[in-house]
Amino acid sequence: MSIDYSQKIPNNVDLSSDKTLQRALEHWQPNYLQWWAEMGPTGSTNFDVYLRTAVSVEPDGWAHFGYVKMPEYRWGIFLAPAEKERKVNFGEHKGEPAWQEVPGEHRANLRRIIVAQGDTEPASVEQQRHLGLTAPSLYDMRNLFQVNVEEGRHLWAMVYLLHRYFGRDGREEAEAMLERRSGDADNPRILGAFNEKTPDWLSFYMFTYFTDRDGKFQLCALAESGFDPLSRTTRFMLTEEAHHMFVGESGVSRVIQRTCEVMREHKADDPAKVRTLGVIDLPTIQRYLNFHFSVTIDLFGADQSSNAANFYSAGLKGRFEETKQNDDHQLKNDSYKILELQGDRLVEKEVPALTSLNERLRDDYIRDSIAGIERWNRVIDKHGIPFRLKAPHKAFNRKIGTFAGVKVSPDGRVVSEAEWNANVRNWLPNDEDRAFVASLMGRVVEPGKFAHWIAPPAVGINRQPVNFEYVRFN
Amino acid sequence: MDAAVQTVEVIRQHLIDPEICIRCNTCEDTCPIGAITHDARNYVVKADVCNACNACIPPCPTGAIDNWRQVVKARAYSIEEQFAWDALPPQEDLPVGAGAELPPEVARVTAEAAAGQGGAVAPPWSAAHPYVNLYTLDSPAIATVSGNFRLTGDDASSDIRHIVLDFGATAFPVLEGQTIGIIPPGTDDNGRPHHVRLYSVASPRDGERPRYNNLSLTVKRVTEDHDGRPVRGVASNYLCDLRKGDQVKVVGPYGTSFLMPNHPGSSLLMVCTGTGSAPMRAMTERRRRRIGLKEGGELMLFFGARAPGELPYFGPLMKLPKDFIDINLAFSRLPGKPKQYVQDLIRARAADVARLIRDDDCYIYICGLKGMEKGVDEALRDVCRMHGMDWDELLPLLREKRRYHVETY
Repeated sequence: MSIDYSQKIPNNVDLSSDKTLQRALEHWQPNYLQWWAEMGPTGSTNFDVYLRTAVSVEPDGWAHFGYVKMPEYRWGIFLAPAEKERKVNFGEHKGEPAWQEVPGEHRANLRRIIVAQGDTEPASVEQQRHLGLTAPSLYDMRNLFQVNVEEGRHLWAMVYLLHRYFGRDGREEAEAMLERRSGDADNPRILGAFNEKTPDWLSFYMFTYFTDRDGKFQLCALAESGFDPLSRTTRFMLTEEAHHMFVGESGVSRVIQRTCEVMREHKADDPAKVRTLGVIDLPTIQRYLNFHFSVTIDLFGADQSSNAANFYSAGLKGRFEETKQNDDHQLKNDSYKILELQGDRLVEKEVPALTSLNERLRDDYIRDSIAGIERWNRVIDKHGIPFRLKAPHKAFNRKIGTFAGVKVSPDGRVVSEAEWNANVRNWLPNDEDRAFVASLMGRVVEPGKFAHWIAPPAVGINRQPVNFEYVRFN
Repeated sequence: MDAAVQTVEVIRQHLIDPEICIRCNTCEDTCPIGAITHDARNYVVKADVCNACNACIPPCPTGAIDNWRQVVKARAYSIEEQFAWDALPPQEDLPVGAGAELPPEVARVTAEAAAGQGGAVAPPWSAAHPYVNLYTLDSPAIATVSGNFRLTGDDASSDIRHIVLDFGATAFPVLEGQTIGIIPPGTDDNGRPHHVRLYSVASPRDGERPRYNNLSLTVKRVTEDHDGRPVRGVASNYLCDLRKGDQVKVVGPYGTSFLMPNHPGSSLLMVCTGTGSAPMRAMTERRRRRIGLKEGGELMLFFGARAPGELPYFGPLMKLPKDFIDINLAFSRLPGKPKQYVQDLIRARAADVARLIRDDDCYIYICGLKGMEKGVDEALRDVCRMHGMDWDELLPLLREKRRYHVETY
């Protein structure tokens, strides 16, 4: 299935056969471009960026590389190929044919799910808009811009669903997505983590590692949806999402690598000394990790949630790898263990599986995140440095769910307000940390050169050499 | 059986670099035949399932997917071994005779070209030792064009050229029958560097001009694909348009099998079409330069083209003494004449062909388009039947005696 690039809006959904929809989206398109001009990467309009553009959703078609000016990027609407005779695979409707149109009774819930997902996409572009000014290399700048244009495309994917299946309500929601602003006091983005700042590149890598991985898990859960167009669109988004997590995982890994190289070279292990050598000390990296990890796991929502149960029973949002699970896919009699605060202790408690689906997705996410942290530790091990990065306890620094407001240390002890206050500067990035990391930021534009605080990547993009001119400034 | 003839089967094993992979599952999702799997640590490829279709390569966000090791098939890395890796293993030394590590594209093209002889065949026992892979994609040799001449007539439909490359002070030793790789400059539609293209050397080991450090290639300008659809061959057009003094990036040399015998009294039975004549020209010229040594042996050539004007080296070929080489030319597009192919002439000369097949000192070389293989095979089968031999029994013996060499593309 190739993508029709002759149209104003590239698509593989035969848009031209539905004139009303086509007109509605063509009406939304200039507003989107206006939003990109206002809130997209600062000062990048005229750059030629070596970007990947999908020309079909088949394996050989969606990674075409070439220089593109970002405002001219071919944002479009791409669905993964339809699966023949796909069924609803879980919940009350299990076994029925997957829905090609929105079932009336699930309309409000589906719209809510799609809006929540869609809102994160432009939000992250807004959060990252100034980072191009301090990119540590052309390679990294290119990766940032790739992430940005693909988040833009993911917005298109959600807006398509809103326009195509939700009528006037959907069109209004699509407009509102261009009106909310990350961090805006009056009209903020819907989810907390998407109103935080991404002020420096360490934050950016942590964000793409942790928060885009939340995206992966949400998209995986939606890819199981009984609403087939949502499933197909999220399946294709997942292929693009992988690049974003790569930017995060390899980015943090390269920061660690450089720090370790410098520590070993200068036989320095005192964080203050390490900072004077112009690299980010490992404890600071740990504090950034604690912050992004805890803020991100809040995104999964309350640990007990009747909404999540309803979404599941209705067949709208599945579990991670739903179809690979060996159970009845209805969870009516199953239970799940969650953590609960009893006095000053965190204890396990058995609760119905159906209302615990947020927690379960969060736990799946945590397992996946920790595996990557272990790969970072291997970089440290290789340099023979006795330091290990660790994911904080899942009750640490939570704002949503049972642990909201409870003071828990990164190692999972419930602590007093006083102990929290005495230690928080060691647990979360403090002003000095942020100021120090900010002081390292500065744009490096010579091909093949990298800022002092980060190691070059092992390989370039699309088999190009690392010193390839990934961005041309004109 | 001669121990060295036992071929060790070497495969290109597809592996994923665990240090670069981010475990995003894209490859496993993409693989059309379920060759990729994972555990809690690593994503791995099943060597016995992967067919190197490359569907997983472009979607991989990291580049971790694009790793290959040449391994002896029986000792391919199992998925259990791969699960335990923190890093990829280095390329291990292969057993002698299993071949040096060639660039993947070269390994693939040479394997396809030799498919017609039924897999790897060792060179004649008296072949000189070839150098291979002296220049790699990372460090190619630079040659200078010292000549580029059209071989086909002005009215011919194809543009076949004789291109001479001079290596100056760079050592680039080749034997007749070996190939070299050319890297066209620039990038393809996807912005990647072009693949290397292989060409048979058309000149003998001591140079296009004796004692000069040069060699020649026979290159046909590609203007259509195998099915006749118009297409512009990247490398062939690049080469055909080269001018004297231009510099060319060359890798190789490659080829350890399609080599000529060197012992006195050895004969060559050569069958070729079009630019498949390049190695035949090299071998013939090698023999011609040594005529004075009176080493004996016969040369018999079957050479097919559309018309004399389309036949590369037609003029020089016609000037060779009849008692030096027995030339049989087949033309398939002569006005007013029935179409004639090399296999027709092989049948017509059955008695002499059969005599040479029986001669253990005669070595057989077939080179040209894939399409000629079947016809030649059937003709040789007929020749055998007419003369009381069984081709199916004979062929394995010919291979074992290193007497049967096929290179088709």
